[in-house]
Amino acid sequence: MLTAVEIEALLLSLRIAGTAVAGALPFAIAVAWLLARGRFPGRTLLDGIVHLPLVLPPVVIGYLLLVSFGTRAPLGAWLLETFGIRLVFSWTGAALAAAVVTFPFLVRAIRLSLEAADPGLEAAARTLGAGRRDVFWSVTLPLMLPGIIAGAITAFAAALGEFGAIITFVSNVPGETRTLPLAIYTAIQTPGGETAAMRLAALSITLALAGLILSEVAARRVRRMIGP
Amino acid sequence: MILDLAIARRLGRFTLDVAFTVDSGRVTALFGPSGSGKSTVIQAIAGILRPERGHIRVGGVPFFDAARRTDLPPERRRVGYVFQDAKLFPHMRVRDNLLYGWRRAPAAERRIGFDEVVALLGLGGLLDRRPQALSGGERQRVALGRALLAQPRILLMDEPLAALDAARKAEILPFIERLRDELGLPIVYVSHALDEVVRLADTLVVLEAGRVLASGPLIPVMSRPELRPVVGAFDFGAVLEGAVVVHDDRFALTVLETPGGHLRVPRLEAPPGRRVRVRIRARDAALALEPPLRSSVVNVLAGRVVEVAAQDGAGATARVDLGGAELLAGITRLSAERLGLAPGLPVYVMIKAVALDRGGPRQPARTPLSLNRYVEPDR
Repeated sequence: MLTAVEIEALLLSLRIAGTAVAGALPFAIAVAWLLARGRFPGRTLLDGIVHLPLVLPPVVIGYLLLVSFGTRAPLGAWLLETFGIRLVFSWTGAALAAAVVTFPFLVRAIRLSLEAADPGLEAAARTLGAGRRDVFWSVTLPLMLPGIIAGAITAFAAALGEFGAIITFVSNVPGETRTLPLAIYTAIQTPGGETAAMRLAALSITLALAGLILSEVAARRVRRMIGP
Repeated sequence: MILDLAIARRLGRFTLDVAFTVDSGRVTALFGPSGSGKSTVIQAIAGILRPERGHIRVGGVPFFDAARRTDLPPERRRVGYVFQDAKLFPHMRVRDNLLYGWRRAPAAERRIGFDEVVALLGLGGLLDRRPQALSGGERQRVALGRALLAQPRILLMDEPLAALDAARKAEILPFIERLRDELGLPIVYVSHALDEVVRLADTLVVLEAGRVLASGPLIPVMSRPELRPVVGAFDFGAVLEGAVVVHDDRFALTVLETPGGHLRVPRLEAPPGRRVRVRIRARDAALALEPPLRSSVVNVLAGRVVEVAAQDGAGATARVDLGGAELLAGITRLSAERLGLAPGLPVYVMIKAVALDRGGPRQPARTPLSLNRYVEPDR
């Protein structure tokens, strides 16, 4: 049904989006927790920085990543020399770009569910003998779960569609960084590629729709489990 | 020493500066209007709120001492905190809520068993439910069980009945009485409901605007004049403790023996010998110099005037010693002068109505030495 090229682009997209979300999740949970529960100077600034990718052109993000993680940039050179990690032109770089762009989706959803949770429950857990870390794992994290699931699915769907940051940062390498949107772009640029573009676009729409529906169903199920 | 507390803390425009000690007894009520600082005190005991100055010691264990920089974290204080709105974990079933503290208590300290608590609070049918599926009263019972199973040194109850309607309240109160009487665990009970306080407490600490207005054994503190503005002119009065003597079936009355004499009250479902507490509001008591020979008032007790305190306006409160107990009578300043009321004058107190708040604390059955056996009516 699908051609080898289509399957390659699809699997690559799924891998990049999955890695992006999985890698960003712990940071997103930490930042959401800080924003919802923390009281420290610079909270508003942190809030602004986290939301920046929502308003910034993705190309700018890709460019900033290139400036920081290019093989000749200090950070990129250090990564290459110390760990042998090269982000440019690689699918891991694409995952990083997708993670940065979709980070606000994760943080927003997690933070909302945390803000809806009663801090009194955490105080109650403390009086029942749970230390701070114990409270986080046994009470706070489960209460964040609806937000984590909803945020992860939304971020995953958005990461599947990321174009600007990826093409700017890691270019358009077949089998390595050519995700579905990049494959569509390539097909459009190729004479006689309209049918291929159409098929890929249909695939994208199906994926996005499935993601949104899944997100809604999962959120509803978790909410029923946890209650209002 | 059960509780030794002296703390100060500023919270915005409110200043809390409270000191009191509880030497004995099982239920200490923190009583006062909303905003008087009751909950703040209990939060400081639990370690949820840190005082700026002072100290808190519970059963000899220093919880907090600003001078020595002692501040035990809440999880190491081992207090059982029952919140006004239960605060059950919504992602756990009742069973896991109950076991949350139990699992975290040191195994050697587990004196209160799961089955015991389930039986005591009637939780058997609820164990597999989720908190959202419980009624308000059931939730509060689970919260109580969860706090008990954490094996606390002291139980702190922050207006546990305030969010419940009268029927749910009546459902929970007997459970609280049972744990008071059967577990021998000190309880600090925050409330602004007079009937709960009279029914449950043996020690009373009255707070107003962040300060202690009065503290001590419940019965004498209840009739202190300072309490009038806190309790309200309507409810201000004295508490008498007595025992059921006999029932008068013909007139549906129960005769109580009190230190001030016999009282006839509307029939109580309690066997002879049961201890009960009654509240006699000052406004329901009137004074006469001679025993009223033909009047509709059933209860007339003889005593002597201790003092007459005039209020602003027409009113005054006469304090009457009945020989071991005191009553308050709300009269007019005019009557005080007409009758020539002065300390030592013999008078007759005519009691128009008696508020029944039912039982005071009952001695635990295992304590053999008890001259004063407190018992509560059957239900």
